[in-house]
Amino acid sequence: MKQKTLFIVAAVVLLVVFLVGTLIYKSERNEQSAQQSGANGSVLVRMHSPTLGNADAPVVIVEFLDPACETCRVFYPLVKQMMAANPDRIRLVLRYAPFHTGSDKVVAVLEAARKQGKFWPALEALLAAQADWAPNHTPQVALVWKHLEGLGLNLEQMRADMTSPAIANVIAQDLADARFLKVTKTPEFFVNRMPLPSFGYEQLKKLVDNALKATQPR
Amino acid sequence: MNTMEPSARMHNDTTAWPLIFGAWLVASVSTLGALFFGEVMQLPPCVLCWYQRICMFPLVLILPVGLFPLDRKIVRYALPLAAIGWLFAVFHVLLIAGVIPESIKPCTQGVPCSEKVIEWFGFVTIPLLSVVAFSTIIALLILAHLRSSK
Repeated sequence: MKQKTLFIVAAVVLLVVFLVGTLIYKSERNEQSAQQSGANGSVLVRMHSPTLGNADAPVVIVEFLDPACETCRVFYPLVKQMMAANPDRIRLVLRYAPFHTGSDKVVAVLEAARKQGKFWPALEALLAAQADWAPNHTPQVALVWKHLEGLGLNLEQMRADMTSPAIANVIAQDLADARFLKVTKTPEFFVNRMPLPSFGYEQLKKLVDNALKATQPR
Repeated sequence: MNTMEPSARMHNDTTAWPLIFGAWLVASVSTLGALFFGEVMQLPPCVLCWYQRICMFPLVLILPVGLFPLDRKIVRYALPLAAIGWLFAVFHVLLIAGVIPESIKPCTQGVPCSEKVIEWFGFVTIPLLSVVAFSTIIALLILAHLRSSK
């Protein structure tokens, strides 16, 4: 009987310590990341980043995206829907977080398409065909080209452009910023510099809705 | 307690129980610690960490089965898990220390096992904690076995 009590007390104590530790850790981390991203706006948004939407929009969504990431593919149209529902009030800033091995080459392809003014169509085409060029989560840059045909891109020019040091610098800078902001998974969103409290579409929607309300013209 | 039991056995019961209970405590703290690193701090576990988890997590469930009522055969069931986990943990520590060269490193994708994600006081890494935990569990289980077989 005494042994059973001892066992149950020990189990409960361990679980309580774990839960309290979790709560303390989470609240501290949320504070930290809020302070950090607030204080380091320039790390969050770089001049080189591709953006979509009204440049003076009151709500800025910064998305760290890996073109080979399935969840990024799922979230992309959801973010576009939010933007369409609030015309001219949301701006999307894309940052690269090519965490999948080989994904950085695909980002270089996108940057090369950007030089020809076709970044967003290329991104959408590649996200749509993601399963084909990234079988088993392994991006293969050789497989992306056929999905870019028909967009009016000069593919030969792109193959030359994608090796440029300028593009390599953009990717390196974005990866360094992701590391600094403790972005370890994609997609990661910051809405007006605030990180998501926890990952999920509902959380993102709520953060965006709050930001829209807070900046509502009266 | 059954009054028919010989007093010698009762004595063994009372000395083996705290040892197995201690092993369960160590396994539970390790499991919750691993879950804290993985799920709360969101440090992705590498392949070797997973193998050690596979050996550690079941101990939390299997040891109490031998505690209520006390069944000293539990040592036989739990020891292989602890021993295999200990081997993985030692391998992992040697890998981080650089004693084992890169070429036999089993994980090439994802999180490299040789990366030190945590280093307390300059030498305490997660695999070291794992070695300490598995060693303690093995020692307690062997002690429990010796006490009960006397």
